[in-house]
Amino acid sequence: MGKRDYSMLGPDGARAVEIGLAAAEWYHTEVPRKQMKELMQRSDSPAIRDSVILFGCMILFAGLGIYLWPSWWSAPFWLAYGVLYGSAMDSRWHECSHGTAFKTPWMNNLVYEIASFCMMRNSATWRWSHARHHTDTYIVGRDPEIAVMRPPEFFRLIANFFGVFDSIAAMQRMVYNTFLGVHPEEKTFVPQSEWPKVVRVARISFVIYAATIALAVWMQSILPLMVIGLPRLYGAWHHVMTGLLQHGGLADNVIDHRLNSRTVYMNPISRFIYWNMNYHVEHHMFPMVPYHALPKLHEAIKHDLPAPNRSIAEGFAEMWPALKRQLKYEDYFLKRDLPTTAKPYREDFHAAALGAVATPAE
Amino acid sequence: MPQWIDACATDDIDEEDLIRFDHAGATYAIYHSPEGDFFATSGMCTHEAVHLCDGLVMGHLIECPKHNGQFDYRTGEAKRAPVCVNLKTFPVKVEAGRVLIEVP
Ligand code: FES
Repeated sequence: MGKRDYSMLGPDGARAVEIGLAAAEWYHTEVPRKQMKELMQRSDSPAIRDSVILFGCMILFAGLGIYLWPSWWSAPFWLAYGVLYGSAMDSRWHECSHGTAFKTPWMNNLVYEIASFCMMRNSATWRWSHARHHTDTYIVGRDPEIAVMRPPEFFRLIANFFGVFDSIAAMQRMVYNTFLGVHPEEKTFVPQSEWPKVVRVARISFVIYAATIALAVWMQSILPLMVIGLPRLYGAWHHVMTGLLQHGGLADNVIDHRLNSRTVYMNPISRFIYWNMNYHVEHHMFPMVPYHALPKLHEAIKHDLPAPNRSIAEGFAEMWPALKRQLKYEDYFLKRDLPTTAKPYREDFHAAALGAVATPAE
Repeated sequence: MPQWIDACATDDIDEEDLIRFDHAGATYAIYHSPEGDFFATSGMCTHEAVHLCDGLVMGHLIECPKHNGQFDYRTGEAKRAPVCVNLKTFPVKVEAGRVLIEVP
């Protein structure tokens, strides 16, 4: 395929539309309707429990951080607060954008708005970009949420463990939206009726950040920014670590999530922070299933999926060399074996991508 | 010329669920509400070309399986992003245990 153009306005996106890769029908494992209905059922209680723990811990850790400030004894509390702010909020943003975290809509919306703000994402824009990510997962020029582009930019990837480029881009976009309106790229996936909301949300965020900076200047201390803003940087590492595993090193331009998404077994703390999105193939195949039912969905369909990685470390050991190889061979990707119980990949469907330099995963 | 079409038996659809019904090249969704009433809408989401029959009925809402957009299936009203365009609805009647829908 050669050089990829990831712009939403570029030739690859136009080509995807032309050849039917955009908004295509994707592969699904068959699950009996009765079982699927049970898996899709919504409930408030798991997300209320998790939110009480999450926000309770955030208040506690930030309170201790402020109390011990400026001593170094405050550092562990800031690190813990930062991970909850700069990483757990990513998964809350994600699950609430699907509306599946809570059964009650206002609870989803409330947590969605808070989490979007923490993650420096415009809540109006990102609702639509994420819909596109689900329609056209890793279709070049169509998916605005491709985390690892080819060839991978390692400096950028590593810097983003500290939220550097993401935060700079988010701030630039917030200022653009505040003063100039909706960006032309955003206009390709946000319906016109939502444009005023994009601007309104950007202006509210702008005012909050301006007030926080003003307070920091007045106090002659970065303490206010340790609570609002900076945790998006110093606490980003966990969501970047887990996020890279979602699709890194796998195929692009295919319409089978088993080829472009990765399920990884994780420790309970990471699963709490990540809200079970480690079951990523399952989530993409069935986005209606709430996070708390994903382990059950995994049990129901794992016979049809590539074997999951058994830990974060194992996932990185598989992904990192593949990313390094993509530096030289942009078309290279990992093609994981399916168990004998699975329906095979549709080679005819994916001829263009699979004909590229695919290598079975070790 | 609108006509009444026999779509299914009343007990083909569980309460608070839906089925897909295809007729003359068009696809419809037929719903059984928690109160025991029946409704019919166009079978495809208005956001993208996705069949609603794999979605989830919650009370009077149908949630699309692709991006979780929601409609009130009694009126077709779009209730949750990313759906913005209402769903087309069709008249329904029940006769002798059969669900009939009026199609254009
Ligand atoms: S296709 Fe139905 S909500 Fe997107």
